[in-house]
Amino acid sequence: MSEIELDSHSPKGSLEDRWTQHKFNSKIVNPANRKKYTVIVVGTGLAGASAAASLGEMGYNVKTFCFQDSPRRAHSIAAQGGINAAKNYQNDGDSVWRLFYDTLKGGDFRARESNVYRLAELSSNIIDQAVAQGVPFAREYSGYLANRSFGGAQVSRTFYARGQTGQQLLLGAYQAMSKQIAEGSITHHSRSEMQDLIMVKGHAKGIVSRDLVSGKLETHMADCVVLCTGGYSNVFYLSTNAKGCNTSAIWRAHKQGALFANPCFTQIHPTCIPQHGALQSKLTLMSESLRNDGRVWAPKRKEDCDKKPEDIPEENRDYFLERMYPAFGNLVPRDIASRAVKLICDEGRGVGHEIDGQKLGVYLDFAQAIKRLGLDAITEKYGNLFEMYQRITAEDPYTSPMRIYPAVHYTMGGLWVDYNLMTSIDGLFAGGEANFSDHGANRLGASALMQGLADGYFILPTTVSDYLAQHKPIDSERDYPEAQQALKMAQSRLDSLLHAPEPQKTPDEFHRQLGQVLWNACGMAREKQSLETAIEEIKVLRAQFWQHVKITGTDLELNQTLERAGRVADFFELAELMCIDALAREESCGCHAREEHIAEDGEAQRHDEEFSFVSAWQYSGEVSTPILNKEELHFEFVRPNTRNYR
Amino acid sequence: MIFTLHIWRQQDSKSGGDFEQYEIDVDEGTSFLEMLDALNEQLIVTGKEAIAFDFDCREGICGSCNLVINGTPHGKHRATTTCQQYMRDYADEKELWIEPWRATAFPIIKDLIVDRSAFEKIIQAGGYIEMRTGSAPEANTMPIEKHIADDAFDAATCIGCGACVAVCPNASATLFVAAKVSHLSSLPQGQMDQKRAGKLLEAMEEQGFGSCSNYRECERVCPKEISVSTITTMNKLLYKNN
Repeated sequence: MSEIELDSHSPKGSLEDRWTQHKFNSKIVNPANRKKYTVIVVGTGLAGASAAASLGEMGYNVKTFCFQDSPRRAHSIAAQGGINAAKNYQNDGDSVWRLFYDTLKGGDFRARESNVYRLAELSSNIIDQAVAQGVPFAREYSGYLANRSFGGAQVSRTFYARGQTGQQLLLGAYQAMSKQIAEGSITHHSRSEMQDLIMVKGHAKGIVSRDLVSGKLETHMADCVVLCTGGYSNVFYLSTNAKGCNTSAIWRAHKQGALFANPCFTQIHPTCIPQHGALQSKLTLMSESLRNDGRVWAPKRKEDCDKKPEDIPEENRDYFLERMYPAFGNLVPRDIASRAVKLICDEGRGVGHEIDGQKLGVYLDFAQAIKRLGLDAITEKYGNLFEMYQRITAEDPYTSPMRIYPAVHYTMGGLWVDYNLMTSIDGLFAGGEANFSDHGANRLGASALMQGLADGYFILPTTVSDYLAQHKPIDSERDYPEAQQALKMAQSRLDSLLHAPEPQKTPDEFHRQLGQVLWNACGMAREKQSLETAIEEIKVLRAQFWQHVKITGTDLELNQTLERAGRVADFFELAELMCIDALAREESCGCHAREEHIAEDGEAQRHDEEFSFVSAWQYSGEVSTPILNKEELHFEFVRPNTRNYR
Repeated sequence: MIFTLHIWRQQDSKSGGDFEQYEIDVDEGTSFLEMLDALNEQLIVTGKEAIAFDFDCREGICGSCNLVINGTPHGKHRATTTCQQYMRDYADEKELWIEPWRATAFPIIKDLIVDRSAFEKIIQAGGYIEMRTGSAPEANTMPIEKHIADDAFDAATCIGCGACVAVCPNASATLFVAAKVSHLSSLPQGQMDQKRAGKLLEAMEEQGFGSCSNYRECERVCPKEISVSTITTMNKLLYKNN
């Protein structure tokens, strides 16, 4: 396969005018002709539901798919903290430029200037849109919208709806989508999972889906396909993602030719409830806001690790974030805090449950905050979080410190897209967490909701229209041999899963093993030797999976074991690509910490001269030998500098 | 901890179902759904079909999980969903009866999974504010009194799980409808559609849900503690606008 010429199609000229000019240059479809075009949207979380609703309103014929029983259940719903917007309501000096710069710097200068600027520019429109839809954002007594500062930002630009901002924004998009379903412009399929992409002469022209209730495979043709299928944190088995989150749609698109960008960029969130046992199915995130008042510590001496925290005197406690990062202390960004916690536990100073012979946890202590601010103040601020912690651990954080450990939370990597959010496959678009676009090597708090909705409400409707305007509608009456071929492939894949030669182990058992390997080698710290070993281990496990996976029931019924096996099969392939990507990027940047490229003082060493590019991996026909394409990143408006939080 | 489980098994919507008995030994820190995961893995390895049940986020917000445990939707621990129940909550029980939601409007698909698409139809009937993308005014042009915004938020936290229907002797979805109406119609931007309450209630009836006769069981099992005062709010709107 030849190397692909990667063109981001970023507009030229002044940064401020690029999106406006681009919209003007985009072609539009005559309203009378719009209903002749069909757009498929797979995944109906924030990005997918908002894109579908907007495209439906414009008059296109939209078909939507989600694996849940309703679009309202997509994992966007679990986002707690908030959504950033450069409204500058607090008059604290915020601006589109500042939001743009913070986001680009937060991502350690591994994202495109044009895209990130557009995101910051659209942020304000999202708030207007959401408020008009009835999203009940927090308000001040004046009746005007409230803001809070979040994720170490120096300005208060985060809009929020208590700890349920994602839920409220998703319901807004879901309701807008529901209206279009009622009006007939959207045909929605719940409990339906994409199996493959249908390619006609190099263009994305449809999907094969499986009705998860009847088990039947179906083909759906369209003029273009939009994937808003979320992130792939669940490749690690344990993550804060919902159990159903998967990589299958984007992975199968990747195997049809869509480039996969920066797969190893995965965000580890420092404040999650530690794992308690082998049966555990997921990890729970505790809001980042806890670090505003809680102090993170571990025992200085290993022999104290089994003692009750209350019995360890002050002089034997190591407030390591405050010690290592005196300027930011407990408020250092997510990637930095996570690495420090791992360092302490690797030294054998972790506390709590032992997992594979190691105690994985450190304390997050509110005793001093309670003394200083009073119990009532702490209850008012964090009451619901403390309650959640107690619910899960049966321990009372008011009297004994919480235990926390980092967990995988979000994936910055995803399908490579250009400025139009189109992948390297003509007619295939990707929005939200499914694409790689805006967060570089590390995502800042309160920017995932912003990106999902910018993509869905404002960018995709423009760029999808531009694409459709340049193509004739497909003939939906015709029989496409390509569709039948894709259907056959999907069926044979299901058959292979159902008829492993020597069925022995459940899909979950394989998944747990894969997660363990990946977490150790491609989690918070990466290193050449262990990545190389992991790649070999993954290959062996993958072969065992296809040999020994055991699935009961058939494909022609509701079969959750089969669904899970299909997703795990794709995780096995993606996991290898993540390790290959991590191995190739011989620098540390954002979430990606290569142990060989960490200075003695613990500072990550970025190598801009060699690695200021997006790694866009191409499927070669063999999972183990992908081809690396590089999109060089050019910084015309800002100068990449070192992130220093000391 | 060792439990005897009686779990509803049903092949599909057309066949009849029955309880089957299982034994399981789990740690008290295991969540209720993790207990079922463990049971399923045992079943698969021994060549039996796994028990089908709905779940996704496992942190009490997506509204997917929906089990009736010993007669109570979402189990004994109040104000939370099935996925946030832990086995230590059941330390004083030896037998657990696990069933799906039961209501005409929520037909069983398989085992513990029901079809809740009737809720979708209700929202589609008018559970939204009509506003085209891109046509919104600047967000702060319309201040909203804090107590009104807060009340709207309280109603808006409904996760659409359907526990209110499952517990109601009439299998009514009135609390679900009232939560949506209170959320949208008490906000100034939602007041254009004065017929919302009527449209949603009509859809509710069409979908086969019963009517409200003030048992208030819904409020008791709601994992988000949505108050029946939303029903009062809805009824006021209904009389005012009809």
